[in-house]
Amino acid sequence: MKESIRTPLGKVRGLGAAKEGAHHFIGQRVSALALLFLVPWFLISLLLAVRGGYDSATDFIANPVNAVLILITVGGAIYHMRIGMQVVIEDYIARTSTKFILLILNTFVCVALFAAAGFAVLSVAT
Amino acid sequence: MSEWTDKRPMSPHIWQWRWHITMFGSILHRMTGVANYVGAFVIVAWLFAAAAGRDSYDQFATIVASIPAQVILFGFTLAMVYHTINGVRHFVWDAGHGFTPKLASLTGALVIVVSIIGAVAIWILGGLIPGIDPLGVAGQ
Repeated sequence: MKESIRTPLGKVRGLGAAKEGAHHFIGQRVSALALLFLVPWFLISLLLAVRGGYDSATDFIANPVNAVLILITVGGAIYHMRIGMQVVIEDYIARTSTKFILLILNTFVCVALFAAAGFAVLSVAT
Repeated sequence: MSEWTDKRPMSPHIWQWRWHITMFGSILHRMTGVANYVGAFVIVAWLFAAAAGRDSYDQFATIVASIPAQVILFGFTLAMVYHTINGVRHFVWDAGHGFTPKLASLTGALVIVVSIIGAVAIWILGGLIPGIDPLGVAGQ
């Protein structure tokens, strides 16, 4: 059987969009836009909060506005880095089995990290 | 290695290209992104230490204050600042501007220089270097 040199893109072109091809592209940029403001706020707050040791750190986290903003910052960052790491894995890992194991692991790690952050912030705040 | 069965021609491998600043900036964006992925664990660890109580927090603070940890944290600052500023460069590209080779090279070099200055400025102004605290934020 003669192998076709046509790319998958060439085969589907003109058949209409699947409507979600740009999902990660847009998600990565929208989360980046939010992080552009959230990360500087978090960095400055963190620098000030760690000065007074345990007491000032927990005071900072326990403040309702701070607690919500911390969760948004950490959540946005984890969403952003999950997509970013997925691109890195897809680009560099050619072996299908290894690639899928790493992609699943990436998702698990990100979910676990967010769960840990959520638990920590809520237990300090209440 | 020989998993590759696709018969179609491949684009040349990355090291076949002449080195240029835009390529270096792109690689740095990826590397700093991965570094920030690791850095996120440190941030969550800090939140967790605060949740675990005073003793755990003090233990965590002692580890963070050590020289190797401080070097890693400065690297994290540098990675964060670079990835953020270069991200703005990406936004400008998304809007369709800044693609001429000259301008792209210029902004690429500029982002690297500004990131280094920015990271050092954060550590100086934030009072993170012992004995240097121009804004008086270092406390005890």
